[in-house]
Amino acid sequence: MSEKIKFTIDGKECIAKKGQYILEAALENGIYIPFLCNMKGVKPAGSCRLCNVKINGRNMTACTTPVAAGMEVESEIPELQELRLSIIEMLFVEGNHFCPSCEKSGNCELQALAYKFQMLVPRFPYEFPIKEVDASSPKLYIDRNRCIKCKRCIRNIKDENGKSYFAFYKRAHDVEICLDKELAATMSDELAQKAMDTCPVGAILRKEKGFDQPIGTRKFDKQAIGTDIISVVENINMEVKE
Amino acid sequence: MSKPVVATTSLSGCFGCHMSLLDIDERILDLIDVVEFNKSPIDDIKEFTKQCDIGIIEGGCCNSENVHVLKDFRKNCKILISLGECAIMGGLPALRNGIPIKECLDEAYLNGPTAQIGNEEQILPNDEELPMILDKVYPCHEVVKIDYYLPGCPPRADLIWDALVALVTGNELKLPYEVVKFD
Ligand code: SF4
Ligand code: SF4
Ligand code: SF4
Repeated sequence: MSEKIKFTIDGKECIAKKGQYILEAALENGIYIPFLCNMKGVKPAGSCRLCNVKINGRNMTACTTPVAAGMEVESEIPELQELRLSIIEMLFVEGNHFCPSCEKSGNCELQALAYKFQMLVPRFPYEFPIKEVDASSPKLYIDRNRCIKCKRCIRNIKDENGKSYFAFYKRAHDVEICLDKELAATMSDELAQKAMDTCPVGAILRKEKGFDQPIGTRKFDKQAIGTDIISVVENINMEVKE
Repeated sequence: MSKPVVATTSLSGCFGCHMSLLDIDERILDLIDVVEFNKSPIDDIKEFTKQCDIGIIEGGCCNSENVHVLKDFRKNCKILISLGECAIMGGLPALRNGIPIKECLDEAYLNGPTAQIGNEEQILPNDEELPMILDKVYPCHEVVKIDYYLPGCPPRADLIWDALVALVTGNELKLPYEVVKFD
């Protein structure tokens, strides 16, 4: 059995495996730290900065910082919640997010975070950038208007040789997500679905699908993002006790 | 004490937000007990006849008339509310923001399938009585100061009701998770 270490998040005692990242350990302890670019089983990137926590007065990304014994992590403090909200607002204005006409609406993690933080209007001016939609591959289309550049697709959708189906093209502010044409030509329905589910927003969508869940029945219509974390942990604890 | 006065308008919107206001159902009877309506499509008063307390704006600004009406609302209302996605961020009309205005007009009046019949002379509307179309659709708060925002497409009737009650009674507005939605 791997070594267990103790630490706290907002004063609550938590247990982590040695070497485990704070975010992963937090979730296992039933504590939700908001994130967008992280994904279970995928190497963390620390790119969205939503999971910023405070350790010894310094902001660190919880997804890439390993737990140390006795560490005191601050997460749900006003300063960080405000920082998180401002990141969410920035993501809304730097893309084109027309939620009423988006296939992912109701199941989108960015939108769900805006709901959780009750974003009524972003504080920044809307950029209305010009972005292309790429519908050239048979199974998927890429709507760059909604891409938040989290790299989840690049890190998670690979062929048997470890080659990524997705890649970034151009740099910095102009960076665009692209799908490898040759690989995409032979993509299975299952992998196409996995790619769509990997994308936290509505930037990767399956063709000939969409709007098939009535409003009110979608993932985040009634339940805020992160609220399912606690029940999962309670189940684990139950199993341990048994 | 006289009743608070409410005005409403639809700029570049689809009237869905006004429909949602009517979706408060029989509570509309309570509403007219406690507020008085002035300029609004609901009572068809076309011009402000007095200073208002609350102005409710549906739709963003897509043309010069929208800007004119919005500024008129700012002048005549103490509090302005952006109601719905269109007012808050341009909404679906702002889907045109990435397309040059000439292309939009050509598609609508010259090349589109519905433009072939009835516009044989191939005219782009140019009467000077017509408002000028803006380069893009603007959120209301990028044109005048807006005091409150109620998102949704349309915003839920309960959200509109609760916001109006909060404003009229001076109580704090509670926002349950289910009412703040963007679609
Ligand atoms: S990707 Fe999410 S935030 Fe963006 S338009 Fe779609 S539902 Fe809205
Ligand atoms: S397409 Fe989706 S998963 Fe890929 S980088 Fe963009 S937002 Fe992230
Ligand atoms: S927000 Fe939706 S319902 Fe309201 S005017 Fe715009 S399109 Fe219509």
